[in-house]
Amino acid sequence: MKQFSTTYIFIFAAALCLACSTMISVTAVSLRERQETNQVLDRKKSVLLATRIIEANESVTAQRVEELFSDIHSVVIDLETGEVDEDYNADEYDFATTPKISAPSNQAQIQQIPLKAQVFQVLDGDEIEMLVLPIYGQGLWSTMYGFLALDSDTRTVRGITYYEHGETPGLGGEVDNPRWKNRWPGRKVFDEDWEPHIQVIKGQAGPPDEDPHRVDGLSGATITARGVSHMINFWLDEHGFGPYLENFREEQGSV
Amino acid sequence: MKFGKKEREALLDPLFNNNPIALQVLGICSALAVTTRMDTALVMCGAVIGVMACSSLVVSLLRNNIPPSIRIIVQLSIIASFVILTDQILKAYLFEISKSLSVFVGLIITNCIVMGRCEAYAMQNGPFMSVVDAVGNALGYSLILVGTAFFRELIGSGSLFGYTILRPVTEEGWYYPNGMMVLSPGAFFLIGLFIWAIRAWKPEQVEEEN
Repeated sequence: MKQFSTTYIFIFAAALCLACSTMISVTAVSLRERQETNQVLDRKKSVLLATRIIEANESVTAQRVEELFSDIHSVVIDLETGEVDEDYNADEYDFATTPKISAPSNQAQIQQIPLKAQVFQVLDGDEIEMLVLPIYGQGLWSTMYGFLALDSDTRTVRGITYYEHGETPGLGGEVDNPRWKNRWPGRKVFDEDWEPHIQVIKGQAGPPDEDPHRVDGLSGATITARGVSHMINFWLDEHGFGPYLENFREEQGSV
Repeated sequence: MKFGKKEREALLDPLFNNNPIALQVLGICSALAVTTRMDTALVMCGAVIGVMACSSLVVSLLRNNIPPSIRIIVQLSIIASFVILTDQILKAYLFEISKSLSVFVGLIITNCIVMGRCEAYAMQNGPFMSVVDAVGNALGYSLILVGTAFFRELIGSGSLFGYTILRPVTEEGWYYPNGMMVLSPGAFFLIGLFIWAIRAWKPEQVEEEN
C-alpha cells in the first residue's frame, strides 16, 4: 500500500474540505432565492387552502397564487392587546425570528407564543370577508402548524389546513386530508358567551347546523385529534387571538 | 468506452443476484421511511441514484491519492457534500416532494449502500466501472423501494401516486384500507416477503444452516 506523509494527509484533507465547501456554498447561494420563493409561495398557498379559495387537489401556478393573494391583506397584531401594529410591515414578519415569551400552561402543550402574530384578512371589496389565523400545537409526535379561517362573524369556521406536521401518515397525518378538512366549514368555534368551544370527537359528528361545536374524529388518531381541539381552543382564548377577535367584533359592529 | 459483459453484470447483478436490500440487507431504514407513497419513493430513488453515481465517480477518480488512514472520512465528506447538494436542488425545484421527504434526503448519507459501494468498489476500480456499479446498486435499492411503495400505497391507502384505485369506505367506496401498511411494520413484512420471493427463485442466496 502506498505510504503518504503526514503533511500530505493534512494538505489533502484541507483541499478536500475546501473543494466540498465551495461546491455546497455556491449551490446554496445560487438556489437560495428560488427556495425562499418556494417557501413564501407554499405559505401563501396554505392560507388560500384554509380559506378554500383553492381546492386541495387543484394545481395553481405561482402567478395565480399571487393574483388571488391580492385580495388578502396581512396585518401584524399584538397578541396581548389584540391591537393591530400599524408600524409593522407585515411582509417582513417572520414567525421563526419574532420575539416569543413562554406560554402559560395549556392543554395544547404550546411552549412558546410570539408577542406579535400575523393575521390574514380576506377582503371582498372593502369588507373583510374572512380572517385567517395561524395556529400551532402538539399532536402525537410533532408540533402541527396550520391555518384556521373564520368568517367575519369570528364564530363560523370557513376552513382549516395544516401545512407542517410529523404525524403518522394514514392516521394522524390525515389532518391534511382534504376530506377531513371538508368537515370543518360551518362549525362554530365560539359558544353563545364567546367562550372557545370546539371539539374533535371520536366517531362522527352531525351536520354543522345541528352539531356545530363538534367535528368528526380521525380514526386511529385520538391524540392527534385531541391536539387539534386543544390548539384551536388555546388560540381562540385570551392568550391567543381572543383579544384581537374581540376588538375585531367591536369594530365590525360599529361600522 | 465499451459496455461489455462485465459492465452489464456490474449494472444488473445488484438487481436480483446481489440486491443490496434483499441480500446484503443494507439501507433498510430509509426503505421503511419513504415508501408510504409512490411519488416520494421515486424521488428518493432518483436522489440515491444521483448521489451514488456522483460520489462513486469522485471517490474512484481520487482513489490513488486518498491516504488510507483517512479514507473513510474522505468518502463521508464527498457523500455528504452530494447529499446536501441534492437536498438543496430538491428544495429549489421539487418543493412539495422535498417537504414530504423531509429529513430522509439528508439521511441518504447514513445509507450504508452508498458508502459500502465507495469503500468496497470505487476505491479499487476505475471511474467508469465505479459509476456503473453505483448505478446498478442504486437501481437494486430502487427496485425494492418502488416495489414496497407500490404495495404500501395500494393496500394502505387504496391509491397509487395519490390517485384513488381502490375506493376506501371513507369515500363511500368498498375498500377498507389496511392501516398497518402505512406504518413501518408494513414495510418490514413486505421486504421480508420480497426476500423470500427472491430466495425461492434463486436458492443459491439462502444462507447455509449451521
